[in-house]
Amino acid sequence: MTLYAFMGAMEIGLIFGLVALGVLISFRVLNFPDLTVDGSFPLGGAVAATFIAHGSNPFLATAAAFLAGGVAGFITGWFNVRLKIMDLLAGILLMTALYSINLRIMGKPNMPLITEPTVFTLALPPILLDSPSGLGKPLLLAAIVLVIKLLLDAFFATRIGLAMRATGANPRMARAQGVATGWLIMAGLALSNALVALAGALFAQSQGGADISMGIGTIVIGLAAVIIGENLLPSRRLIVTTLAVILGAVLYRFFITLALSFDALGLQSQDLNFVTAALVSIVLVLPLIKRRLLPKKASGG
Amino acid sequence: MLKAENLFVTFHPGTPIENPVLRGLSLTIPTGQFVSVIGSNGAGKSTFLNAIAGDIMLDRGTVSIDGEDVTHQPAHRRAARVARVFQDPMAGTCEALTIEENMALALSRGQPRDLRFALNDERRDLFREKLAILGLGLESRLTDRIGLLSGGQRQAVSLLMAALQPSRILLLDEHTAALDPKTAAFVLELTARIVQENHLTAMMVTHSMRQALDYGTRTVMLHRGQVVLDVQGEERDQMDVPDLLHMFERTRNETLDEDALLLG
Ligand SMILES: Nc1ncnc2c1ncn2[C@@H]1O[C@H](COP(=O)(O)OP(=O)(O)OP(=O)(O)O)[C@@H](O)[C@H]1O
Ligand SMILES: [Mg+2]
Repeated sequence: MTLYAFMGAMEIGLIFGLVALGVLISFRVLNFPDLTVDGSFPLGGAVAATFIAHGSNPFLATAAAFLAGGVAGFITGWFNVRLKIMDLLAGILLMTALYSINLRIMGKPNMPLITEPTVFTLALPPILLDSPSGLGKPLLLAAIVLVIKLLLDAFFATRIGLAMRATGANPRMARAQGVATGWLIMAGLALSNALVALAGALFAQSQGGADISMGIGTIVIGLAAVIIGENLLPSRRLIVTTLAVILGAVLYRFFITLALSFDALGLQSQDLNFVTAALVSIVLVLPLIKRRLLPKKASGG
Repeated sequence: MLKAENLFVTFHPGTPIENPVLRGLSLTIPTGQFVSVIGSNGAGKSTFLNAIAGDIMLDRGTVSIDGEDVTHQPAHRRAARVARVFQDPMAGTCEALTIEENMALALSRGQPRDLRFALNDERRDLFREKLAILGLGLESRLTDRIGLLSGGQRQAVSLLMAALQPSRILLLDEHTAALDPKTAAFVLELTARIVQENHLTAMMVTHSMRQALDYGTRTVMLHRGQVVLDVQGEERDQMDVPDLLHMFERTRNETLDEDALLLG
């Protein structure tokens, strides 16, 4: 792998670290299998790219993407909590609707950002941005992801954050303690999808534009990152897990880049989804293999 | 004051497994009264408590607390006035959270939840002090996951949690059933103390006739979703376990006879 490819993998891996944090909130904290993600990632990209293409400030465009994702997540939650639509189905409905909405927002299947300013061109000094190693974007992204991780850690330590965790872990107990679980599910899904849309917005700005199909498989990658992270750094503490899933996302990206760069394997980019599925499957059965291979501890324990 | 009037709850209505659990149950408990509730398995005791807490919505009937009709209030809104300990030790605590996090959740019952940190030194001191009362050594294990505790320890912590914030009604569902006799006796004493100190209106479900008579000032027996026995005052003072057992058996046999009549 060249240094350039390394930095490229780092860049995309970090962006998907945000997706992983979003998926962590829905799947793990709230115990809500939310598939909206495949729609909210391109939503973030579409909103940000469209705003920027129309001349608005990239930071503003990114904030708008974040908000749009939040609205999408909130609606998924509302479908489930208020309209009693099954969680999986609520997410699928939103994901499906978002496909059309994203097309509407962009007005066409893709929205290139070539000469337009982005958060990267604005925030990074030219020397970092243009450095041949491509160090600038990963650095900025690492800072963004780290700040968001810390903010999330702080949020989940607050009274309302704790109530959100209880909502996912034991909703009946949470209600008995006066927690409005319905609201917290909606708020949690809003937060989750806002982060995913933020990732979409950054992805569009770092990869030269938004594309209607950029969301395909987002949920699988997010889940892969969460699962890899959890196996890598198993912990019951959320502070550790938020870090773990970001590492999981980066590692996942490295693995994919590596797999695709081995000419001997003959893999091409269309094999990406297969590689992902294979990778997740391997990580999932690893604990089983470990148990089988390791000598059993003395019985009676 | 807690007032339940003509409560009806049917599970799986309109299906072959239709199960009418509460059938016109009415009970009024004046403020500060501690009522013990007995009844055979499946009599509807837990369902009754769930209906009061808002965990189950009624098919018919009304529940009011201190004169306010709360029939249509969801559980989380009633929680400001209703504290409870569940029958299942797993139900009343969040196993993935630590002891201190569980207690912090309970300390915010009925309070607005905002962006202040859930834990701080002051709160931890309070939790340690409360846990020390139990004498189970839990005060040194604040950061242990509560899932690591035994069922009995979790029930004891649940009781503490129920008393962390003032409430009007305390609902206890066989909260000592999972405890060893010594801890059970202790937790019962603690319960009585909490009820008295806070002047709570309390209902305690138990399968022990001894406990039913020893604690509280009134005993109610549920059978097939109705109150079939309601004793207090002198009548109750003169009762002993065999009397209560006798009555318990009698209501059961009566309904058996009824069934025989219906079937015959
Ligand atoms: N959520 C529910 N859904 C369906 N059926 C239920 C539900 N909760 C209780 N039941 C049924 O209602 C009946 C009464 O149950 P309940 O738990 O109120 O009894 P109980 O008096 O508390 O019994 P126990 O002494 O065994 O705790 C039982 O037949 C039970 O199967
Ligand atoms: Mg019960």
